[in-house]
Amino acid sequence: MALKKKDHLELYRQMVLIRRVEERSAELYQAGKIGGFLHLYIGQEAVSTGIVSVRQPQDRIITAYRDHGVALNVGISAKEVIAELLGKETGISKGRGGSMHMADVTKNYWGGHAIVGAHLPIAAGMALGDQYEGNDGVTICMFGDGATNIGFFHEGVNLSKVWNLPVLWLCENNQYGMGTAVGRASAVEQIHMKAEGYGIPHSRLEDGMDIMKVREAVGAALDHIRSGKGPYFLEVITYRFEGHSMGDPQRYREKDEVTKWEKNDPIGIYHRYIVDEKIATKADLDKIEQTIEAEVAEAIEFAESSPDPGFDTLFDYMYASKE
Amino acid sequence: MAIITMRQAISDALWEEMERDPKVFIMGQEVGVWGGTYAVTKGFLDHFGEKRVRDTPIAESAIVGAGIGAAMVGLRPVSEIMTINFAFVAMDYIVNEAPKMHTMFGGQMKVPLVIRTAGGGGRQLGATHSQTPDAIFAHFPGLKVVSPGTPEDAKGLLKAAIRDDDPVLFIEHAAMYQIRGEVPEGDYTTPIGVSKVQREGDAVTIVTYCKGLQLSMQAAEQLSQEGIEVEIVDLRSLRPLDMGPALASFKKTNRAVIVEEGWPSYGVGAEVATRLYEAAFDYADAPIKRVAQKEVPLPYNAALEQYALAQVEDVVAAVKEVL
Ligand SMILES: Cc1ncc(C[n+]2csc(CCOP(=O)(O)OP(=O)(O)O)c2C)c(N)n1
Ligand SMILES: [Mg+2]
Repeated sequence: MALKKKDHLELYRQMVLIRRVEERSAELYQAGKIGGFLHLYIGQEAVSTGIVSVRQPQDRIITAYRDHGVALNVGISAKEVIAELLGKETGISKGRGGSMHMADVTKNYWGGHAIVGAHLPIAAGMALGDQYEGNDGVTICMFGDGATNIGFFHEGVNLSKVWNLPVLWLCENNQYGMGTAVGRASAVEQIHMKAEGYGIPHSRLEDGMDIMKVREAVGAALDHIRSGKGPYFLEVITYRFEGHSMGDPQRYREKDEVTKWEKNDPIGIYHRYIVDEKIATKADLDKIEQTIEAEVAEAIEFAESSPDPGFDTLFDYMYASKE
Repeated sequence: MAIITMRQAISDALWEEMERDPKVFIMGQEVGVWGGTYAVTKGFLDHFGEKRVRDTPIAESAIVGAGIGAAMVGLRPVSEIMTINFAFVAMDYIVNEAPKMHTMFGGQMKVPLVIRTAGGGGRQLGATHSQTPDAIFAHFPGLKVVSPGTPEDAKGLLKAAIRDDDPVLFIEHAAMYQIRGEVPEGDYTTPIGVSKVQREGDAVTIVTYCKGLQLSMQAAEQLSQEGIEVEIVDLRSLRPLDMGPALASFKKTNRAVIVEEGWPSYGVGAEVATRLYEAAFDYADAPIKRVAQKEVPLPYNAALEQYALAQVEDVVAAVKEVL
């Protein structure tokens, strides 16, 4: 799947869009316009952008609460994302879900889930649905390093092998679960090794900051699964530049460590790649950045001027059955 | 008497109990390096060390399960579940293991375990993170369930819980750590299973606990300005449930309102109202009223969430209705 210039520009656009939406969201949070938790994806953009860029439309995707990145990658508009963050009726989850609960089923994006690890068995069930119906879709299940220590993880992963389900277990190892470094919470630091115990083929991508490498690794994993060989486990090393959620005092890591990783900025890496390989010029990329500034500004305006859900809608969506 | 926050009161209780008894230790997510999600255990790791302040993986079943095991062999663990919403992950241990051990083996084993957790809504955390499911836990004989509404009771009850030979679920409120109140000097405990009159009056009896106490106290101030003096009975413990003060008050006022934060169906209000009717039906001059949360998973949107939660005005209105 060789990428053309326009494809590269689109991927670059997505990564910058995520970054800007997150930066502006942090400001909106400080201004008191966003409430609850806000888990930023800054630093991890190459992972979700790479994954979504190689999936087929029939491949489902499901992730945890750090979900704004995937939301934008699958094509939920910045307007709908920011409106959701502001709790507006025009938000992608109609103001019910907030930051942690964004989904767009029409785009085969099954959400943002806030109970750590709970969505893994759910992903297995979605893959079962496709296997059962004879569809060739793969369910891509993204989760954090911290999530691999909860029972849900082990139950879901085991089941996927027992039933040979078409699921890609994709661990985004950003090296911390809240303030707990991987080595302080996981018996093995090579998280992909956990798949060994379940007889599932696995690998680790050391450089999850490089979108080209993410695409390659995820593409190979999807091919493996689509060929009927059952589940695959891919661990991708990445780093979250900001706190776990807003207001994280970050006592658990040194500023130097963050600074070191910031030098590996996935957007910077991709920028360099595009220019060095002469795929596009710096001017092309600058133009994208400007367009995005405008798009995000417009999205915020849209969100702020959108209505709150009415009190008369409180009980809407409680049950799917109409009577 | 010093005036301190709820956070400080709980922190002091833990600290003093750990100083008093070397068998007391705490374990849970982010209790150590981070200093506690709600900063309750800030400074504990430095003072007590890693042996007694144990950061755990994200593994609620293991946090409670290992707490049970350690308690069975003589330690006095305080297992912390970050929020009560994650207690569902450990449900088997909380309701099906801890409360059964002593009775099922004919009194051979005991489980002196405290499970500390924080519940409640109103913080825009969405449906999965905002619940007040206290009644579910209070359903199970063999478990003690405590939920204080003042710093004084929080400190005394936590100390009593740690010294208790049975498993105690200690439910704090995530939005109440900043409230202040007088706390006695020196070491004291508050008995589990004893309710307390927090404000005297003769017009209407309000039976409540935890966040409901705050709402009721505020409602009482408003009502007092209109010449209506309510009597507020704080249950403090949901199991064992002490109906004595509530019953005595109801026999005096002949009218009752029950205020709880959770959903009314099958709830604390349902239980208390039934007990009042069973024991004092002839005293009732008006049907007992319940003030509780609207029966819907809580939405993220701030206004809609507040609309779904009981407010001070709801308590005021309920009191006037039964008058
Ligand atoms: C069952 C459960 N326990 C605890 C939490 C609180 N919590 C939310 S995120 C988180 C850390 C998760 O870390 P990781 O899986 O590495 O994902 P990351 O935040 O790094 O993306 C914790 C402990 C939760 N949401 N659910
Ligand atoms: Mg992580």
